[in-house]
Amino acid sequence: MIKSSSIGSKVFNGFNYALMALLTFSCLYPLWYTFCTSISDKAATSAGLVTFWPIGPNLRSYQEIMRDSAFFNSLWISAQRTVLGTAFTLVVIIMLGYALSRKKASFASRNAFMWIVIFCMVFNGGTIPWWMMMKAYGLMDSVWGLVLCGSLPTFNVILVMNFFRNLPADVEEAAVVDGAGPWRILWGIVVPCSLPVLATVTLFVSVGYWNEFFQGLVLSSTQAHYPLQTYIKQLVVNIPQGQSLSREEMIRITQLSNRGLNAAKVFITMIPMLLIYPFLQRYFISGIMLGAVKE
Amino acid sequence: MVAARVKGKSKFRSQIHYYIMAAPGMLWLFLFSIVPMAGIIIAFQDYVPKSSLFQAIASSPFVGLENFEYLFSMRESRRVITNTLIIAGAKIALNLLIPLMFALLLNEVRSRRYKRIVQTVVYLPHFLSWVILASIILSIFGYDGVVNKFTGIFGKEPVVWMGEPGIFRQLVVGTDVWKEFGYNAVIFLAALTGINPTLYEAASIDGANRIQLVWHVTLPGLLTTIVLLLVLSLGNVLNAGFDQVFNMYNPMVYSTGDILDTWVYRIGLTKLQFSLGTTAGLFKSAISFVLISISYLLAYRFADYTIF
Repeated sequence: MIKSSSIGSKVFNGFNYALMALLTFSCLYPLWYTFCTSISDKAATSAGLVTFWPIGPNLRSYQEIMRDSAFFNSLWISAQRTVLGTAFTLVVIIMLGYALSRKKASFASRNAFMWIVIFCMVFNGGTIPWWMMMKAYGLMDSVWGLVLCGSLPTFNVILVMNFFRNLPADVEEAAVVDGAGPWRILWGIVVPCSLPVLATVTLFVSVGYWNEFFQGLVLSSTQAHYPLQTYIKQLVVNIPQGQSLSREEMIRITQLSNRGLNAAKVFITMIPMLLIYPFLQRYFISGIMLGAVKE
Repeated sequence: MVAARVKGKSKFRSQIHYYIMAAPGMLWLFLFSIVPMAGIIIAFQDYVPKSSLFQAIASSPFVGLENFEYLFSMRESRRVITNTLIIAGAKIALNLLIPLMFALLLNEVRSRRYKRIVQTVVYLPHFLSWVILASIILSIFGYDGVVNKFTGIFGKEPVVWMGEPGIFRQLVVGTDVWKEFGYNAVIFLAALTGINPTLYEAASIDGANRIQLVWHVTLPGLLTTIVLLLVLSLGNVLNAGFDQVFNMYNPMVYSTGDILDTWVYRIGLTKLQFSLGTTAGLFKSAISFVLISISYLLAYRFADYTIF
């Protein structure tokens, strides 16, 4: 954009391109490293020899996963949770967002409801009361429990509401003249006009469900009910949380695990994210812009 | 009065579809956000668990602010609060500064293709969970991991990176900045496109070099965004990032790495000291609530910023 060809400028450009390349590499390397570990020879991975290339490439880890019913069980729980949760949340958000996007004149409780949503966004009762209440509701060990326990994502409601509010009003007015009711207007006109924001919210919500591990951890009585991230957490990142741990123990623990197999499981867990995010990229940029707030 | 009631009723009836639309969302909020808030009572009780939660709350004795006094008299709680403030503070500062610098540098890249590729790739870590990233980081920083291999070339002894209290916080902050810088830069990159190009032309004609352009045109153009983001991050002062620390820490680094949220989890859900855990959680929620409210108010006053 700026025309300048001094030597200093050229040196800077070279340095800048290299730095950008380095940053890009740093974001790709962990994936590549995990992939290399997953297809490397068992002896090489347990000796910690894999750094940049696979050693003795084979698919044994992936074959082993095929027989691992616990992994597939958790994968299935996560898949259900993500699909059910995203569909359910999206419908709820669209309806609430639309109601809140009305003016006070046409929806009398709009402001009261809005303040409740805002309050829930900025205040919570803390982990312990939340967990006790979830247990009291009987939501342990159920997929619907994992869908509902995080409560309504208020930030996304506001995102959708803001988008609906900025839609041109005359289209809706024309529909009213033609005799369309509020439900017809919402699903027939407003939703089809709002695909960018709905794509953004779908991305945020589904990524949230797929990546969540803590609720799965504290709302499961046995490992058979873990969603995938919790399963990975217990399997790969499981360092005893007792009072003391010596340096030697710590080294030993990391060397004990079956690294190739774990890496394969981690890699499979990453795949859905790798597949969806490049396609939704142009949508979520606008989504971030709509709400510069982070929860 | 009767007329007003009738009018109110018919108004409700004519708006009932909006109430029906709002109902599922509001019910969800009520059951899963608001009702659990009532559990805060436990912070003011000496809570004794029973088979029914409601019976237990009804029968546990109230102790006033005793739990808070006990909480603040504990050496451990002061330690976790200090750790939380240090980690969260560093994250707030660096998660603003590094993405800003990255956005400025990326903006100087002239090849559009290159820019796009870089941008697409650096978002990636944001979408991966801390479980996944921590598993990879623990491996790369492991005793026989890549980092020790690399430093070994220069004759350094291998280090147990995740077991060094002196390095742990830096690792947590550094990896968090690495995970989020691409995503956080999006907002700056968007603001950069909003700067009027004639300003650059005018400054160039006046003989400004590239550094001067950044200093006198780009940065002033971004100032509102920077201040706004800084103000809005105020609410995160006690938010050091549970997911990350929980997946990266271990007992060897509790002295510097244990934060409020992880501590609440351990005392509350693994040691079952429900009242103390709730008290510590309430302490965090209440302070965060006040800070977020202040930050929204400030943002509204000075930048005309509203979220709704």
